[in-house]
Amino acid sequence: MNDFFTLMKPELMITGIIFLLLFIKIGKGLSNENMLMIIQVLLLLNFIAGFFFNAEGILFNGMYHASKMVTLQKNILSLGVYIISLLFSGWFKRSEHMPEFFVLMLSALMGMFFLVSSGNLLMFFLALELATIPVAAMANFDLEKRRSSEAAMKMILTGAFSSGILLFGISFIYGATGTISFTELPQHLDGSPLQVLALVFLFSAFAFKLSIVPFHLWTADVYEGSPMAATAFLSVISKGAVAFIFMATLYKVFQPMHEIWYSLVMILSIATMVVGNLFALRQQNIKRFLAFSSIAQVGFILVGISSNSIHGTTSVVYFIFIYLFSNLAAFGVAGAIASQTGKEKIDDYKGLYQTNPFLCWVLALALFSLAGIPPTAGFFGKLFLLTAGASKGSYLFIIIAALNMIISLFYYLRVVRAMFMEKNEQPIEKIRIDFSARLGLIICATGIVLVGLMSWIYDYIQNMV
Amino acid sequence: MNLSLLILLPLLTAIIILLVRKSTQVKWVALTGASLQLILALALYYFLRNERMEGNTAQMLFELQYNWFPAWHISFHLGVDGISVAMILLTAFVVIAGVLVSWNVTKMTKEFFFLLILLSLGAYGFFMSLDLFILFFFLEIAVIPKYLLIGIWGSGKKEYAANKLALMLMGGSALVLVGLLGLYFSVSQHSFDLLQLSQFHIPIQTQMICFPLLFVGFGVFTALFPFHTWVPDGHSSAPTAGSMFLAGISMKLGGYGCLRVATYIMPEGAKEYATIIIILSVIAILYGAFATMMQKDLKYINAYSSVSHCGFVLLGIGMLTKTSMTGAVMQMVSHGLMTALFFAVIGMIYGRTHTRQVNEMGGLLKRMPFISTVLFIVGLCSLGLPGLSGFVAEMTIFMGSWEHPDTFRRVATILACLSIVVTAVYILRAVTKTAMGPLKEGFEYLTDATWNEKLAAIILLAGIIAIGIAPAWLNDLVRPGAEIIMQKIVPATTGVN
Repeated sequence: MNDFFTLMKPELMITGIIFLLLFIKIGKGLSNENMLMIIQVLLLLNFIAGFFFNAEGILFNGMYHASKMVTLQKNILSLGVYIISLLFSGWFKRSEHMPEFFVLMLSALMGMFFLVSSGNLLMFFLALELATIPVAAMANFDLEKRRSSEAAMKMILTGAFSSGILLFGISFIYGATGTISFTELPQHLDGSPLQVLALVFLFSAFAFKLSIVPFHLWTADVYEGSPMAATAFLSVISKGAVAFIFMATLYKVFQPMHEIWYSLVMILSIATMVVGNLFALRQQNIKRFLAFSSIAQVGFILVGISSNSIHGTTSVVYFIFIYLFSNLAAFGVAGAIASQTGKEKIDDYKGLYQTNPFLCWVLALALFSLAGIPPTAGFFGKLFLLTAGASKGSYLFIIIAALNMIISLFYYLRVVRAMFMEKNEQPIEKIRIDFSARLGLIICATGIVLVGLMSWIYDYIQNMV
Repeated sequence: MNLSLLILLPLLTAIIILLVRKSTQVKWVALTGASLQLILALALYYFLRNERMEGNTAQMLFELQYNWFPAWHISFHLGVDGISVAMILLTAFVVIAGVLVSWNVTKMTKEFFFLLILLSLGAYGFFMSLDLFILFFFLEIAVIPKYLLIGIWGSGKKEYAANKLALMLMGGSALVLVGLLGLYFSVSQHSFDLLQLSQFHIPIQTQMICFPLLFVGFGVFTALFPFHTWVPDGHSSAPTAGSMFLAGISMKLGGYGCLRVATYIMPEGAKEYATIIIILSVIAILYGAFATMMQKDLKYINAYSSVSHCGFVLLGIGMLTKTSMTGAVMQMVSHGLMTALFFAVIGMIYGRTHTRQVNEMGGLLKRMPFISTVLFIVGLCSLGLPGLSGFVAEMTIFMGSWEHPDTFRRVATILACLSIVVTAVYILRAVTKTAMGPLKEGFEYLTDATWNEKLAAIILLAGIIAIGIAPAWLNDLVRPGAEIIMQKIVPATTGVN
């Protein structure tokens, strides 16, 4: 019983916060602003608490497991949610149903916690559902916008489809091996055709969630239609969690079949990078633009995953940690602009530097970090992913990845050029950013600048593996 | 001497620039920082010379090493030899001159000087790093400041030029990256350390793949034909200080990388590909020279002639003799100073006449004696007049190249020599048309150089003349470094040098 409380502490914390929010909502005595402040404090406490009293072990006959690495991954996700609560404060304050949004978000977060902790395919499936369905409701949160409903509908449909495929794959695995426990599966896997088919099904389900090409088609529409906070959550937290468990599944469960999944990962990685980058070139809407850029980033994560080593795990977690700061900063700036002016086109950003230098520098830093340019952290993140991937010795793969970095630089620079260089008679007026959004942006910018230079973070992550 | 000072100083300067408010304060902070850089660089030269005098024959001096990413065996490893110090000196000279000529920048002054100083930080770090990872890190740090400098403060097709430059340079660094990863995994004890890598024998198959990747990758930076196309656009669109930094420092990053990384670590690869390097560099030399003949715009003239002059650097490296390599480094320093001064003068002229077209100018000597005289001197340096730095450097390269007895290399040397004639034609034509003849209408009220411009010109001229009149100090500085690189190449060559 004691184990139950220590091992499941993160999940219990989240559950506690959810209930607290529901009570606050019923009370109705608080203004939106105060409520947001309370939520932010709670999330901050939740993040800090993640570093203390952690234990390792298993629960429910191996259904649930906690390790140092899992705790670290949960902490990263909590940090992301905390930053989201800061960044989009302008939108939250005006939203009528703010506590509900957080309840949904935290439920999804709890699903992700269970997801990275799962030690059994059944648990894994349940957690994935818990992590997906609330997000669809979040996508629908701009109630007056039709696009928002459309986005939610698309998410539900693709989510249901991918769940179906996942269940199909799980049933195949059970049929072929007679077990669904992560610890027992590797002994039964020998690469027989049925198992390969099951792997492919499982892989496609992951690919849906990670928006790996060719399962990426829902991404841009959903990102565009959802409110910015939901988009940010989807593209950073959701993707991060699925990438963590994807890597863990491949490395631990499917280790006996690593030659088979290596080629799968490599081919899909190339396709994802190329398609994501090429489509990003032509986007006009900043949300669609970031959607395709995040597809391309997943391609890079796959490069790291392909290495199948301790370096792979470390560099992927490290990259996602950095990606969290960079992408959230980009969404934060875009969200601040969109929520005040409603402008989401890249062309609207022309001449932005004259009126909003702070936002411009943060966005530029974020984009440089996404493009992998030093001294931003993204440089280190990408470089270590590539180094990990190169350890397998397929240079063509690495050359293609490196060339993709150039394509991506081209479109990231497009935004920078619009902001800094191009002239505009009527640039977007001065955007007012409140204290917490500013704090969020500063946290992100600091993270982007310092995480790479402070090498002990990488060592810290490696010690957790 | 602690080498990290040379990185911390620009960093500190940049941070202070961000903190101060008024634009005059920004300028003075930048100037102070740049002067301190120059003092540090001179001190570094002095200390290195002292150490060598006392018989310290260690390959790298003032080494310093911190573990950075132990998981990947990456350490923050700095160290200098004569070649690096020569390049550091060049950087310091160009930086202070660049800051001085930018005194009149009024648009976003703070950002401008911040980026300039950031660029110098990248250059110093690059020239000092002995770990290939941080070398690459510093190489890439310098790309984005260049992009922003051209795109925001540039003129003409600035957005196009900025994009082209950033993408081509990033393309070059992508090749470098793949090459570096190849090297990293080729040795059993995975390492990015330059000195360690040079001790190992890199398998010949790896060298055959990685050498071209690294050489072409760095070559993009130094206008290796056919990857030179960013040079004319980038240089001509950049603001004055931007052009000075681009041609004076940034193009030298590539040459230094070709020499220090590609050739030093992979001598067999260098030998295998020497023929191709020589052919490409001769093409660059001649093509650059003839293309310059057709240009009417002063900045384009200097940009294309930079392609030609940087071809000499690659030729010197490709010839693989001690003398030619020494010459290549001297050419880098000489061309860096000269071209920076040339761009500075063009900037001064353009700031007054508001045109860079040679045809629209004339008789400037009458109104602007100082600027025109400097223009003359730098032109003469460019065409290789004895007594100025250009002659010394090019002569050393030719002498080194001629040491080879085979016909191919001699023909290449002769062809490269021919370009000097062409250079004389275009330089003399441009300079006389600009400065001599009757004064064109509308130029009657032009003023001569201001104090900051004079100071910038004098600092750079001092460097040019110091090399031109007494080349021995530079030669002595660079030669030991070139010897060490050659030691790895010589055992298997046909006994040349």
